[in-house]
Amino acid sequence: MDSFLIYKAILVLVIFVVSLVIAMYSTILERKFAAWIQDRVGPNRTGPGGVLQPLADGVKMFMKEDIIPAHAHKFLFKAGPMIAMTTALMASVVIPFGKTLLIGGKEYALQVSDLNIGILYVFAMVSIGVYGIMIGGWASNNKFSLLGALRASSQMISYELAMSLSLISVIMASGTLSMSEIAQQQSGWHWNVITQPLSFIIFLICAFAETNRTPFDLPECETELIGGYHTEYSSMGLGLYLFAEYVNMFISSAVMVTLFFGGYNIPYIEKLGLAHNLETILGVLFFFVKTGFFILFFMWVRWTIPRFRFDQLMNLGWKYMIPLALINILVTGGLILIFDYFK
Amino acid sequence: MLPVLFIALSISAILCALGVVVSRNPIHSVLFLILTFFCISGHYILMNAQFLALVNIIVYAGAIMVLFLFVVMLLNLNKATEPHKSDMAKIAASITAGLLLMVMLGVIKGVSLPSFDGMMDSENGYVKNLGRVLFQDYLIPFELSSILFLAAMVGAVLLGKKNIEE
Repeated sequence: MDSFLIYKAILVLVIFVVSLVIAMYSTILERKFAAWIQDRVGPNRTGPGGVLQPLADGVKMFMKEDIIPAHAHKFLFKAGPMIAMTTALMASVVIPFGKTLLIGGKEYALQVSDLNIGILYVFAMVSIGVYGIMIGGWASNNKFSLLGALRASSQMISYELAMSLSLISVIMASGTLSMSEIAQQQSGWHWNVITQPLSFIIFLICAFAETNRTPFDLPECETELIGGYHTEYSSMGLGLYLFAEYVNMFISSAVMVTLFFGGYNIPYIEKLGLAHNLETILGVLFFFVKTGFFILFFMWVRWTIPRFRFDQLMNLGWKYMIPLALINILVTGGLILIFDYFK
Repeated sequence: MLPVLFIALSISAILCALGVVVSRNPIHSVLFLILTFFCISGHYILMNAQFLALVNIIVYAGAIMVLFLFVVMLLNLNKATEPHKSDMAKIAASITAGLLLMVMLGVIKGVSLPSFDGMMDSENGYVKNLGRVLFQDYLIPFELSSILFLAAMVGAVLLGKKNIEE
């Protein structure tokens, strides 16, 4: 029991650090990628090729003066970024990063907690994430912040519906809500994206809206709202908000890989007859490569597609995404019935 | 471990619920209510009803309370706009609340609580069992309540529409 607890504590710590480091290096990756797309060089002054830029940014964020605007609600103003960051990190609890590790004859799963309702847990964390933005926007006592917060939360609530509806067909096909079981079922080439392409596309679009990324970054639309909900934030408060966005991006990429792209399974690796631990480690690497691809995809879209207008965003969410997801559920249900009939 | 968790959750639930009633700022009330929902979800998890716990968070804490918060933020309630009640109304309210409290105390006194029968380690609250119960034993009530929801939804959309063509 004790070794189990110690193992879980270490795993939590490792996942925490890994998410933060990935989020940190996503910032420099984003700037470099933008520079490449716009035919510039990008940040290249700190360290060789600019690899130390995130550290410099972090130090700058910490050293800046922390300003609390007049008439702001002090406690909630401080609590907003903390909630945003905490909820962003919490969703990683149910993600299976790999198979099991054999240490001293015992098997240890590379997943902090295998909840039997893992997918719902992710949704719960996503829906709580709204509060960080709403509380921060309201507590700033600034109309632009409030407008940004209202936009963010109405956008997130709307797209949450389509997101959960799109996953219902995946849940129906796999017959479980547990993330690790869904990952397991996709061994070989049985990736869910092949059987559920529509579900994946809806989920991807909703993930963009949920993480407030372009083309759906209305909450922080500079031309209309200055900075949106984090207009009044300085120092690490702003840092946490910006950072939470990158953590969210990493987590939603990881969720997409787990649910649709086979998770940690490398097709046909069992034919090589590798040692158990080596196979697991390769699987984890493969998982992170796929996650990295999706993070890059997020950035690629950001520098390619312009921002939507707010009514276009709401139309897309309510009039196209939700009906499409509902049709997808119907079709999947019908197909399952037909396959069961002919089995 | 479990009793300690139970007591801690109960105390925080009661404190948060009191905070909802006592706090002057409506935003604080809403935030306390959200915390209360979290404590209640904790209780569900203690009873091994993870599905119920998470649905409680998703639906109540995640969606309904966000709308509450919306409305309160947009109305921008503060002390200046707070309506003042007359003394008569205050006295009447206290008497009514006191009577309700007496009724509830009387009811609770008469209830014989069933003893604890080791529900903790069963799989009562798992999705599989919940689905079986809902779709086999209680299918008709379940469908009826979904029709009720549909009617409510259509009604809300109709009311929300500004220009209904005559």
